[in-house]
Amino acid sequence: MKVLQIVETAYRATAEEQDDTIIWIAHAMRGASAELGVLLAGNAVNYVTAEQDASGLTLGAWRQTQPPVPAQDVAALIRKDVPVYCIKEDLAERGLLEGKLLEGVVLMSRAQMPRLFAEYDQVWRW
Amino acid sequence: MTTKQTLTFVLMDAPFESARTTTAFRLLHAALTRGCDVNVFAYEGAVALSFAKQAQHPNAVHGRDVAQEDHPLSRNWIASLMAYAHERGAALNWVNCGLCVDERGVGEAIEGVRRGSPADCWKMAQQSRATLVIPTK
Repeated sequence: MKVLQIVETAYRATAEEQDDTIIWIAHAMRGASAELGVLLAGNAVNYVTAEQDASGLTLGAWRQTQPPVPAQDVAALIRKDVPVYCIKEDLAERGLLEGKLLEGVVLMSRAQMPRLFAEYDQVWRW
Repeated sequence: MTTKQTLTFVLMDAPFESARTTTAFRLLHAALTRGCDVNVFAYEGAVALSFAKQAQHPNAVHGRDVAQEDHPLSRNWIASLMAYAHERGAALNWVNCGLCVDERGVGEAIEGVRRGSPADCWKMAQQSRATLVIPTK
């Protein structure tokens, strides 16, 4: 069974969890031999910008020692043979097409989504 | 002869925060009513849905004491649906993400709820006719 995971809500609890919860569960299920793909849409397209830095959070004496690095986590998914797709229009709307993007991410238009969905047995929209 | 179907639901919202939780429980009830076996994987804040120490309280704004207010608790909803499933000869398997439980200190779950991992979520989805994710927005 192949399942496409759509992530559209970005930076959900990333400070507390130190990662994106859906990228994390995709890693964990991949570890259990799940056949997955990930589609980043909406604000979550920001995960493919290679140069981002969320470090430096300090609250009183407390410092976050392991800030989230979503781009690294997405890149690691690609290395585990999980294809990662990203909506081009959403990148363009946010001015991100000009910046440095992660290698290996498949950019696609919204019009191509139905064809992508057809490649999977199930689509989970988080 | 119809084959019994299994459905998996993945829940993410914490109790008392969103109308999605009530909707999710109504869907669980409807699925059991229609004779399906049901799996639930509770992820992130949803692991608190089954927390055994949830307690009712009085409500001064309503002018009611604890008994009169009879505050709904999601742990009671789960227990009730488990009993409902049992009466109907159906299964309601409820699995909490263990790491999510530890983060929140809600390890004391009601009877019948078990601790698991994303691997259980994947396994349940594989064994189901369909899986519905109801995420936090």
